[in-house]
Amino acid sequence: MIPELGHYALVLAFAIGVVQGFVPLYGARRDDPVLMGTAGPTAVAQFAFIAMSFAALTASYVGSDFSVVNVFENSHSLKPLIYKITGVWGNHEGSMLLWVLILALFGALVALFGGNLPAKLRANVLAVQSWIAVAFILFILTTSNPFLRIAQAPAEGRDLNPLLQDPGLAIHPPLLYVGYVGLSISFSFAIAALIEGRIDAAWARWVRPWTLLAWIFLTLGISMGSYWAYYTLGWGGWWFWDPVENASFMPWLIATALLHSAVVMEKRDALKVWTVLLAILAFSLSLIGTFLVRSGVLTSVHAFATDPTRGVFILVLLVVFIGGALALFAWRAPLLKQGGLFAPVSREGALVLNNLFLVTACGTVFVGTLYPLALEALTGEKISVGAPFFNATFGPLFLILLLAVPFGPLLAWKRGDLAGVAQRLMVAAGVGLVVMAGTFATVRGGPVLAPFVIGIAAYVIVGALIDLCERTALFRAPLRTALSRAAGLPRSAWGTMLAHLGLGVTLLGVVGETQFSSELVAQVKPGQTISLAGYDLRFDRMGTVPGPNYRDLVGQFTVQRRGEVVGVMAPSKRTFPSRSTTRTEAALMGRGFSQLYLSLGDAAPDGAIAVRLYHKPLVLLIWLGTIVMVIGGALSLTDRRLRVGAPKPAKGKPAMQPAE
Amino acid sequence: MTRKQRRLVLIGSSLAVLVLAVGLVLTALKDSIVFFNSPTDVIEKQVAPGARIRLGGLVKEGSIARGENLQVRFAVTDGRHTIPVTYTGLLPDLFREGQGVVTEGALDGTGTFKADSVLAKHDENYMPREVAERLKQQGHWRDDAQKKPGTAGKGSTP
Repeated sequence: MIPELGHYALVLAFAIGVVQGFVPLYGARRDDPVLMGTAGPTAVAQFAFIAMSFAALTASYVGSDFSVVNVFENSHSLKPLIYKITGVWGNHEGSMLLWVLILALFGALVALFGGNLPAKLRANVLAVQSWIAVAFILFILTTSNPFLRIAQAPAEGRDLNPLLQDPGLAIHPPLLYVGYVGLSISFSFAIAALIEGRIDAAWARWVRPWTLLAWIFLTLGISMGSYWAYYTLGWGGWWFWDPVENASFMPWLIATALLHSAVVMEKRDALKVWTVLLAILAFSLSLIGTFLVRSGVLTSVHAFATDPTRGVFILVLLVVFIGGALALFAWRAPLLKQGGLFAPVSREGALVLNNLFLVTACGTVFVGTLYPLALEALTGEKISVGAPFFNATFGPLFLILLLAVPFGPLLAWKRGDLAGVAQRLMVAAGVGLVVMAGTFATVRGGPVLAPFVIGIAAYVIVGALIDLCERTALFRAPLRTALSRAAGLPRSAWGTMLAHLGLGVTLLGVVGETQFSSELVAQVKPGQTISLAGYDLRFDRMGTVPGPNYRDLVGQFTVQRRGEVVGVMAPSKRTFPSRSTTRTEAALMGRGFSQLYLSLGDAAPDGAIAVRLYHKPLVLLIWLGTIVMVIGGALSLTDRRLRVGAPKPAKGKPAMQPAE
Repeated sequence: MTRKQRRLVLIGSSLAVLVLAVGLVLTALKDSIVFFNSPTDVIEKQVAPGARIRLGGLVKEGSIARGENLQVRFAVTDGRHTIPVTYTGLLPDLFREGQGVVTEGALDGTGTFKADSVLAKHDENYMPREVAERLKQQGHWRDDAQKKPGTAGKGSTP
């Protein structure tokens, strides 16, 4: 009964979506407030029905109802409750349901919190949002129905892919989807503006918080996914330039560009057409990502589906939405009034430079991701484009961008003083050079490029701090003045500072991990010791530990440094009898920001076991930096300027005003 | 600065970045892509020793031999031709005889493939796509991956 209710609720959501997609649009055309007013309630109702549908599927999973094909194929009655719930989106059908749930959630949020948007814009935005939802609900209902039943219910399910039975799966896909799908709002705003044929600085102020929200979640989702891969896949890699990773990284790059260009539009009423184009591109790349992951054109852990009808369906959606949006853009964009031009050396100019590099960098990732597919389709030749390609293309572009990052916030609007800014950044450049020289002097061997990149990372971090010092007049004015100015700084300024700082921190982690890691592969017998990077690991014994639906073969190692015991590491091999598969559980030990990483290989008949040990310097900074970026984004999101409808800031003392 | 000059600066810098990116992409495409080959391709195309390729196929039954210090020898086959492979290191969890595998490395002078990475299969039904296609073409495809007990009931809508 419950699965049928879920199915029915989804059909109802589809019907409501059709109404929401057309009535408000017609109302906006006819200037009819009643028809436009239907947008809000239908958006909320659509969300409610999809939520019911999702709840029904979750209930089937929790109750282990194996008469539902989807539950049978992806669940097991002995699985811990948390993995029964996360199993809902650990498969193609369920994850698509989560996709539309989040899509409808964003629609409902605009309906509930967008009260002070102009009525026409609101109606159009919600209508466009609903087209997307309707298309994807239709996709689920026709090709990927999660509520199908089996006539004869089996007694036991086939269990979830062991790789996916991990706390990482509980958080990674929902976060990523909120980010991915959240970009649909900026897309809907862009299309609504094109339909109406007018756009102004206020539009940018309405779009920015939604983009920022999506960006925060996308950042978190990518970062969590990377950490998950790092600790579950057992060989210590955290980024593989895998097409699926690129699929989430490309929207991130464009969303980042969009955040910056929306600032220009909001403050200076320029770059309008470009901002609209970025909003369309960002969500288009999300759709392409969905296509790559869901259609099965790539085979990897993420591609649950290999059904060609699904691929063709999503491809059609892709063509309709991206093609339609770009065609509308080409037709209507000339109507949007162009903003003024500005001096190349100015805050605007710096933000344009940022956009230029981000979009080009995204272009190289796009080529690297799709070129193999295109080549295969055209010539049948199969190639693989791996990390070397991306390091050689994306890397240099991004490093140039990083050199420019500290300049942006220090330049004034309209007309900046490049020499003055360069002078103020002397300290940052100096610190960067000292760090570079220090690295050259202390680290022997190692790649030549690494110290340079570490220097750049230090420069970005100090540059972000200098921005803060400049704004608060720290070191120039008395401390009391500086503190009160710091308290009076808009939160978005803090956000910028933290986001740029986080970028530098992440870069530091990336260099540390990729250039200074050391690795040891060996076969050990109990009692033997292996040594790496000043650590000695003694293999104590093997043991077996039973779990709820698996069995662990655990190896225990005592870690010593200079004769002192610093801890115990216990990596394991986890066997899942229901799928007769084995998974490696690596053991991690944090030492400051660095980590020791130990994973087990095959056991030999004589009791020896193969192990792989890594020392990864500064690796934790990679994810710490992204957390700092996210905090920056969140602070910026709470800026009063972005709270639509918040009263205009009262005219306070001049000292309390932002220094711009 | 006049409007015209400003516009020129904008267009000029865009073009410069674009040219830089295209240059980087083209050089990288020349140097760092790797072609995928089945054992038959390797024989027929006479892949030169030292050229970096991916070799994919099935791990030949009974071919895995482990040596000292984590050295492994095995053979990759597509049914028509078989190529011996050597590798030093840990093998992925799902590396088994009779299963699909993709290795990356280069041939040495004696016709042995020295792999420096062996790609993991993600689950027991997963077959690297290139491998599956080549095997289908050559009639060695066994369709057991698709045989799921549940799919028989998939058509029965509630």
